[in-house]
Amino acid sequence: MKDRFGPYGGRFIPETLMSAVLELEQAYAHYKEDPAFNAELTELLTNYAGRPSSLYYAEKMTRDLGGARIWLKREDLNHTGSHKINNVLGQVLLAKKMGKTRVIAETGAGQHGVATATAAALMDMECEVFMGKEDTERQALNVFRMELLGSKVNAVTSGTMTLKDAVNAAMREWVSRIDDTHYVLGSVMGPHPFPTIVRDFQAIIGREIKAQMLAQAGKLPDIVAACVGGGSNAMGTFFDFIEDTSVRLIGCEAAGEGADTPRTAATIATGSEGVFHGMKSLFCQDEQGQIAPVYSISAGLDYPGIGPEHAYLHSIGRAEYVPVTDEESVVAFEYLSRTEGIIPAVESAHAVAYVMKIAPALPADTDVVITLSGRGDKDVAQIARYRGITLEE
Amino acid sequence: MKSIREAFAPGRKALITFITGGDPDIETTEKLVLAMAEEGADIVEIGIPFSDPIAEGPVIQDADERALASGTTLDSLLALAARLREKTDIPLLFMTYLNPVYKYGIAAFTARCEQAGIGGLIIPDMPYEEAGEFLSRRASDKVALISMVTPTSARRAAEIASKAEGFLYCVSSLGVTGVRTTLGSEIGEVIGQVKAGSDIPCAVGFGVSTPEQAVAMGAISDGVIIGSAIVRIVAQHGQQSEAPVRDFVRGVRAALDA
Repeated sequence: MKDRFGPYGGRFIPETLMSAVLELEQAYAHYKEDPAFNAELTELLTNYAGRPSSLYYAEKMTRDLGGARIWLKREDLNHTGSHKINNVLGQVLLAKKMGKTRVIAETGAGQHGVATATAAALMDMECEVFMGKEDTERQALNVFRMELLGSKVNAVTSGTMTLKDAVNAAMREWVSRIDDTHYVLGSVMGPHPFPTIVRDFQAIIGREIKAQMLAQAGKLPDIVAACVGGGSNAMGTFFDFIEDTSVRLIGCEAAGEGADTPRTAATIATGSEGVFHGMKSLFCQDEQGQIAPVYSISAGLDYPGIGPEHAYLHSIGRAEYVPVTDEESVVAFEYLSRTEGIIPAVESAHAVAYVMKIAPALPADTDVVITLSGRGDKDVAQIARYRGITLEE
Repeated sequence: MKSIREAFAPGRKALITFITGGDPDIETTEKLVLAMAEEGADIVEIGIPFSDPIAEGPVIQDADERALASGTTLDSLLALAARLREKTDIPLLFMTYLNPVYKYGIAAFTARCEQAGIGGLIIPDMPYEEAGEFLSRRASDKVALISMVTPTSARRAAEIASKAEGFLYCVSSLGVTGVRTTLGSEIGEVIGQVKAGSDIPCAVGFGVSTPEQAVAMGAISDGVIIGSAIVRIVAQHGQQSEAPVRDFVRGVRAALDA
């Protein structure tokens, strides 16, 4: 199995973890070709997660913006409310086959944590989730949700107390207990083989988009757009279109208060090459090679790096990456809610915001697909706070 | 300056001590390194602080935060190493995560290490399989790359040992750095496999924090590495750490020599 995407990727991890990732690589190489494993996963994706997710033609939005035709890939309609379930069902099933009895996960917004807790409940695995303390406060509802599902949630108080620190804590936990534990990494990042495994399990998004566009529009989309933190929903969206060079691939990064301010998480716009969290990729860092504290309104995109395959697609010019600010994404969050009756996750709203910007100037026969990676119920209280509204229970 | 090999003298268990460079400031680090050398440390590792030290427990994580807050940089630590080189002849090593080195430039950093008399680097997030780029860009092989083996290295241990430089850093047990109340001896088996095919000196670290543990780990290896126990003293005493660090190192040295 290839462990690099161009110069990016690899497995830059402590020696203690090497046996675990080598074992995982071997198991994955076996099970991804195993018809019984794939049948079981398809069954779970279909009847438990509710796939395929619909591709919805956003007619009102299209009319209102007055340019390109806009389609929404509704990952928000999956069980647990985001695309994260695609990867988690695959990884937890794989862990089960490997004889593991316990899973751990990091989470930012809580979507990956909730999905992991869900799969663990379903497949009788013990589950512990690591979440930055700041995120447990921004996303208190998801903490309780994970606990309801039978998981233990550890609030991480080191560093910036956000997603990167949750990854640190999960890695430290994995180093301490690898025999019975699988680390369910939530994005297309970390040491090989995680970027490949997560991409493969998420690639169902792009495969469905392609089939649905051909069935519903009779053609391929011209643009697919998705938000990017670590980049799992974007990689899942892009992967099946990489060879279709007529399709523009656009990743929307969290610029926070602006990619030209220090309060940003836009890695492609502001980062540089480095080695961190098991991978060579691009990272927000200072001139001393210290990882920068990043910021975004969206806990799920509040990460100082990007998956290595994205770094590669960027380096060869196959995918474009654009920064989108907090304000733009909140406006898009409100706009989609009002216009289509769909409340998107604030993460996904970054992709909506960028398309709102470019759609009016695009020809009417241009088809743009936005992956709505998750639903926004979790974000309602935070958006209210952002707008200065106090909600009372 | 002594070579790493010479620091593992026959009939004596090597004592390798670790402190985070710049915790609480560079001046204190300078005093502590010299004090530890005088009290019988055979090699000193200076930790380069990193924002996200994923192999460290809370004691060294906090030390890294203090060191970064005091303005420690790679250049200030290289300058420190050059000053220490004038005052002691024991091998000095840097323990660093890969990213600061990568950002500095592998060739430039290793060249500066050689000039400053740094005898080796320990890079805990760069396993054997990923060392190729580092080795091909390293400016001088006088700066050894210290490899690590752990209880989970299994069959890979012999291969790692065959390419090892300086000494082999044997991680006592699973988990991050930090004081452990009990230490198993599972690493002993790995050391046995290594010794069957290699004469590389083996030192055990992670969790070794008392003279008794040092003696126990010394019995199955050629030396011991003590980090968090010393960093904890620095956390408590700050700039006044010299006397308690001396007492601690002297105690461990005496136990190893007894």
